[in-house]
Amino acid sequence: MQRIGVFVCWCGTNIAATVDIDTVVEAMKREPGVVHSSDYQYMCSEAGQSRIRNAIKEHNLTGIVVCACSPRMHETTFRKAAKAAGLNEFMVEIANIREHCAWIHKDRTEATEKAVVLARTAVAKLNLNKPLTPGTSDVVKRALVIGGGIAGIQSALDIAEAGYQVDIVEKEPTIGGKMAQLDKTFPTLDCAACILTPKMVEAAQHDNINLITYSEVDSVSGFVGNFTVKIRKKARSVKADICSGCGICTEKCPSKKAKSEFNMGLNNRSAIYIPFAQAIPNVPVIDRDQCIKFKTGKCGLCAKVCPADAIDFSQQDEIIEQKYGAVVLATGFKPIKLDNFDEYSYAASQDVITSLELERIMNAAGPTGGKLLRPSDKKHPHTMVFVQCVGSRDTTGCGKTYCSKICCMYTAKHAMLIREKYPDIDVHVFYIDVRTPGKNFDEFYRRAAEDYGVNYIKGMVGKVAPTNGKLMVQGSDLIADRQVIIEADMVVLATAIEPDQTAKSLATMLTASIDTNNFFTEAHPKLRPVESPTAGVFLSGVCQGPKDIPETVAQASAAAVKVVGLLSKDKLVSNPCVAGSNELLCNGCSNCQHVCPYGAIDYVEKEFRINGKIKIRRVAQVNEAVCQGCGACTVVCPSGAMDLKGFTNQQIMAEVDAICR
Amino acid sequence: MLQKQQLQAETIRRISGVNTRKCMKCGKCTATCPAHSEMDISPHRFVSMVENNEIDALMSSDSLWKCLSCFACVERCPRGVEPANLIEAVRVTAVRMQNRNRLLPENIPSLLNNKLPQQALVSAFRKYSK
Repeated sequence: MQRIGVFVCWCGTNIAATVDIDTVVEAMKREPGVVHSSDYQYMCSEAGQSRIRNAIKEHNLTGIVVCACSPRMHETTFRKAAKAAGLNEFMVEIANIREHCAWIHKDRTEATEKAVVLARTAVAKLNLNKPLTPGTSDVVKRALVIGGGIAGIQSALDIAEAGYQVDIVEKEPTIGGKMAQLDKTFPTLDCAACILTPKMVEAAQHDNINLITYSEVDSVSGFVGNFTVKIRKKARSVKADICSGCGICTEKCPSKKAKSEFNMGLNNRSAIYIPFAQAIPNVPVIDRDQCIKFKTGKCGLCAKVCPADAIDFSQQDEIIEQKYGAVVLATGFKPIKLDNFDEYSYAASQDVITSLELERIMNAAGPTGGKLLRPSDKKHPHTMVFVQCVGSRDTTGCGKTYCSKICCMYTAKHAMLIREKYPDIDVHVFYIDVRTPGKNFDEFYRRAAEDYGVNYIKGMVGKVAPTNGKLMVQGSDLIADRQVIIEADMVVLATAIEPDQTAKSLATMLTASIDTNNFFTEAHPKLRPVESPTAGVFLSGVCQGPKDIPETVAQASAAAVKVVGLLSKDKLVSNPCVAGSNELLCNGCSNCQHVCPYGAIDYVEKEFRINGKIKIRRVAQVNEAVCQGCGACTVVCPSGAMDLKGFTNQQIMAEVDAICR
Repeated sequence: MLQKQQLQAETIRRISGVNTRKCMKCGKCTATCPAHSEMDISPHRFVSMVENNEIDALMSSDSLWKCLSCFACVERCPRGVEPANLIEAVRVTAVRMQNRNRLLPENIPSLLNNKLPQQALVSAFRKYSK
């Protein structure tokens, strides 16, 4: 018989305001096995924990139930306290009477009744608990960073500097990401390339960093400390090891009709191309959809002119398999498609552009050499209109419900830079709210308005109509309470951003959770912002939520620290709550093996002595190092042979009985 | 007086099904409205006036009868507020307060315009009832 102690936490008023603590304490005293029941204002505090430790010793307890917040919050805390008092840490059960009870009920009587049920359920389970001992597993001292933008580069550099091997997988032919496309950066107006390209070079030259560009993650298996990842290295059609990056092939290539992805489709590139001058690696790639050789079998001019003989039309996709201890997700973002926003005439007029397109137009290495020209007729514009919140803060399903965060600041930057360089251009900005939380951010925005004369209009644009080579912009000016019509030469849309499309498939591969907007979910919104709920998977940059460059870099370094902390361990404590099969009951049906998501179950032929005869039977065996304790096997097992330690079928039935009592 | 306006505002919210609190005051409705030049009260103010129970002023405004019922504001509103539905409900309330229909059934055939969309036609009948 167990000797159980129950500890009911008030959580200040969080629980005590809705649940009658005394009723719960008294009810638990009548439960089988319970020899001690008490309460305290903050059970997680040192004073609360010491009450638990003392009670364990004083009453010679064999297990404890803590009625408090979610186990995700403080299970570890209470297990440590129990362990310190000499108890096995798996003899601790948490009854979540905060999130599952106090926070979601208003009626005190009902909430108290439910708290009692949850508490007695935990007691019923604990009566059947057995002490468990965790095993250990090894840590592969190598990290994988998925995404080679500023977030991925920063994470990789920090991990590499700490002395661990890092691979960066980047799906594009070059690292650099979205930051490489930017012209200048707010609020200091330093040029993006000037601060990014040295970091790209540093990453490429670092002994501990291995760049795997033009590649994508194909599959992931394993668990924290021991992931096995298959990476698909797409065929570049150029031998990277002998190419000198001279660029002759890209000049001579006769197929020059493909839209440049790097320049947002504002100019063309050749079929064999290097995305931009500072690309890393500086190795071209053949776009097989555009290449004449691949389309017709004739041409091959690039191979003829290549002085290094590096062109290889027969190159195939290659699968690299590698083991990693930790994975950093740094998959970044892209602007949304504007198909749902016809009113802005983005598809109808070349002179209506997105902000990222304007970055390329303003950039000295961009399609216009840095001259601000209208895309339609390459003429100098005289009036420009910026529209904020295009597709952001939209609850109708046309756009995104969230604020994209970066638009207010980059629009202020664009407006300021234009007024600085071309004082003859009138610049109007339509805004709903100007959001500038950040160091020197509001000062920056006010400078645009006060020193540079950018006309900020509180209102929205309802219609952009291309008329006689101009754009008639109809908007509202809410301060003046009127409708305004501006005859503009260019309209710039601050387009909402969304996570890169690869986030969703990676989330599935890594069992890392994503929210309704496909941003990766953090383990705790405040206290564990760079960890995913999946152990060993960390988050860096916009893939977790919209953020600007300084925030991205800060988060990237934070994720790196978490990785380094993990890789610095020689052994990881593994979860002892794993499955095991009762070989005498196993009928060899293989259901468990089929359903196991981790490949942890094997079947073996074994000799059994049945009724005096020796018989060979096929039975399931669980690899405890690989099992993650999900319990899928116990559900499909038709003979009840599979059981999960810490969550046995018997324990779960006892819980159900306790609820239904 | 305020109590009467409050009751009217509640009725308008109920029959229109519009939650005026959803409005984030972006002004997209006023920016979109093709009849704005004819209006004395801008569409974005319809929403805040119903929210703040300023029904008397809204009832006596010209905008009420100038609204084309084109539903452009409903289509473009990023928060799904549906200002045109709200204004339609104000019209209904105004017509009901007259305690009689001024539009006689025998006059309806001559007022039918096949070129008008159904919704605009219905709201046009309300306007004829003024």
